[in-house]
Amino acid sequence: MTATREPILSVRGLEKHFPIKGGGLIKRTVGAVRAVDGLDLDLYPGEVLGLVGESGCGKSTTGRAILNLQPATGGSVVFQGREIVGLGRKEMRPLRRDIQIVFQDPYASLNPRLPVFDIVAEPLIIHGLTKDEAELRERVRTLVETVGLNPEHTNRYPAEFSGGQRQRIGIARALALEPKVLVLDEPVSALDVSIQAGVINLLEDLKNRLGLSYLFIAHDLSVVRHISDRVAVMYLGKIIEVADRDDLFERPTHPYTQALLSAIPLPDPRLERSRQRIIITGDVPSPANPPSGCRFRTRCQKFANELSETQREKCMTLEPPLESRATASHLSACHYAEATKVL
Amino acid sequence: MSTAVSSQSSGALSQGGTRATSLPGFDASAPLLTVEDLNVRFPTEDGVVHAVRGVDYTLRSGEVLGIVGESGSGKSVTSLAVMGLLPGSARVSGSIRYRGQELLGQSDRSMSRVRGKGVSMIFQDPMTSLDPVYRVGFQIEETLRSHDKSLSSKAAAGRAGELLEMVGIPNARERVRSYPHEFSGGMRQRVVIAIAMANQPDVIIADEPTTALDVTVQAQILEVLQTALTETGAAMVLITHDLGVVAGIADRVLVMYAGRPVEIGSVEDIYYEPRMPYTLGLLGSLPRLDSSTKQRLTPIKGSPPSVVNMPPGCPFAPRCPLHQPECDVAEPDRVDVGHGHTAACIRTDEVARAHGEAARIFDETATDDVLGSEAPVDLAGEVGVTDSGAPGVPLADQNQTPTADGRTGSLLDTPAVPQDGDRR
Repeated sequence: MTATREPILSVRGLEKHFPIKGGGLIKRTVGAVRAVDGLDLDLYPGEVLGLVGESGCGKSTTGRAILNLQPATGGSVVFQGREIVGLGRKEMRPLRRDIQIVFQDPYASLNPRLPVFDIVAEPLIIHGLTKDEAELRERVRTLVETVGLNPEHTNRYPAEFSGGQRQRIGIARALALEPKVLVLDEPVSALDVSIQAGVINLLEDLKNRLGLSYLFIAHDLSVVRHISDRVAVMYLGKIIEVADRDDLFERPTHPYTQALLSAIPLPDPRLERSRQRIIITGDVPSPANPPSGCRFRTRCQKFANELSETQREKCMTLEPPLESRATASHLSACHYAEATKVL
Repeated sequence: MSTAVSSQSSGALSQGGTRATSLPGFDASAPLLTVEDLNVRFPTEDGVVHAVRGVDYTLRSGEVLGIVGESGSGKSVTSLAVMGLLPGSARVSGSIRYRGQELLGQSDRSMSRVRGKGVSMIFQDPMTSLDPVYRVGFQIEETLRSHDKSLSSKAAAGRAGELLEMVGIPNARERVRSYPHEFSGGMRQRVVIAIAMANQPDVIIADEPTTALDVTVQAQILEVLQTALTETGAAMVLITHDLGVVAGIADRVLVMYAGRPVEIGSVEDIYYEPRMPYTLGLLGSLPRLDSSTKQRLTPIKGSPPSVVNMPPGCPFAPRCPLHQPECDVAEPDRVDVGHGHTAACIRTDEVARAHGEAARIFDETATDDVLGSEAPVDLAGEVGVTDSGAPGVPLADQNQTPTADGRTGSLLDTPAVPQDGDRR
């Protein structure tokens, strides 16, 4: 379905390295945290691409680097044929109309000193999109209604709203410029379950109504399965598997994806107790010093239990490229990728 | 007494020792932990915050009781009250009995004899529950020696290594000399679990033990918790907001809402036959990892009530799809619906009939709301897509009565009036 279309956002070899400064008087760079280390992804119009991974794998940094909020240190991000990496603040400004972001924490991402009206109106004013005060009022009113809030409450401050409502304000602000692409950085993980469902439904409705494309960054795979069309799994700054939603969840090929899916508890006692679980050992290695070859090999259950000595040699020396191994649209970065059902 | 106790422990821990028998009323045959009509109030400038409003439960030996609820529902405050760890300003009433001994009103000194030995606790954040300036081995030894003064430092050090090994820390014998900052989050939580199981407690209270951890590490820690339970024979109170974690480990489940248990039952009763609308709604609002159908989620409208100056009536009534005028008169008591399964609702029968159809019940109310309100204007008037033709819109959604301009208006599932209470 997606293969025939042109991607609206195309990321190639994206890198974001944070320098590590040495101690002493002269702060020399002694190394780098390779938060994002050569990442490729394509986002197609009208699509929701889920980006999942554990904390510290570089999901959020990817989102920020794509928006140029934290300038990338390498690679390219092409939005509708235009290169974003390397653009300055001024040059970015017109592009910001088309790509917007919703942040994770609705308590930190709204200015507590501004009433909701000003928060939502700010992007419209900055970009000079409204002719006069009356039009501005009308637009803000529409936006606030669109996200399911009462427009009469726009003179209130963020502190007077609950978490779910604040997240809706953040979404209204992001929609103000009628963007084409929304980067959603863990938009529901700070919310309680009963509130979360409402915000997810809102995001789905908005996507369908306004024809938006989402890069949906999250660590909760249940939410990602629910909302995404395609899913990309990140590990230590790289994408290790990307596939259509059901392909990825039903037939994961990378050992990390398999372990990740198997680790998530299901809210169903009988199923949950009868499941076979792959439990991987250890923690995510430091992104300042990733393992040679395949980055996952230090925790890989396949590497530890199934592979022969010569096969392991390959894992240790040669970094597996992200390429189609099962079907054309199912890419996996494992030398010994093999579809397994874990759910 | 000691025989009753040693029959529970699996024997893998060589340590014997006496139980926390020093308080009056100790009775080995009494239920492990009984909480009755527990109320906790915090006086604040805005009024009294009634955080826990009448919690009752009994923990039997060897069982895992899961306490679930959203933030602010009083789950953590309940367990802090059991441990006697609430701040001095808290006003606590009711009764908490550990093996027949009343814990409420005990001095801090006598509580210290129970804490760690009779009832121990695992906190949410392993980054803050260990002391950064002491070696982890010392912190385990400290726990051991504070309950057994005769234990030599050499024996304590040996046990500390043994415990770290048991919770799966590699090179445990060397790692006792490490400081907490040298461990990752998952490893630190293992240390916290080692401390909690050090004195073979009867009860381990785990307050969101895996919330701060990644899923792959969470799976490891849940295994360690199971190990801790088999090694010590302890019963556990597991507090979490993750309904998946509870499904895997708990025997019984207590659902909290606005400071009260609204439903208690076996794990199967709660998940497969919920009788309280809140439980039904909570389960219905969860996206499922194992389902490929793009079924629309059914949120519960509104947000949890503020526990400051609560109105009379059922606290869930403003969000409840089965709400009727009687609900506002008085807060319903929990009624028995069979096999020790209790639910605080006057319409449990209707909830039972709605079994598995949370979506329908909760969606009906959403539609009602929509019909009563005006449809929103399109964002810019130029990019609007009609819902009925849009791909990915589930059937249930299309069946809703569309509003004038063809949209279902399901954007309006939040009440217009902001409410306090959720995640302030």
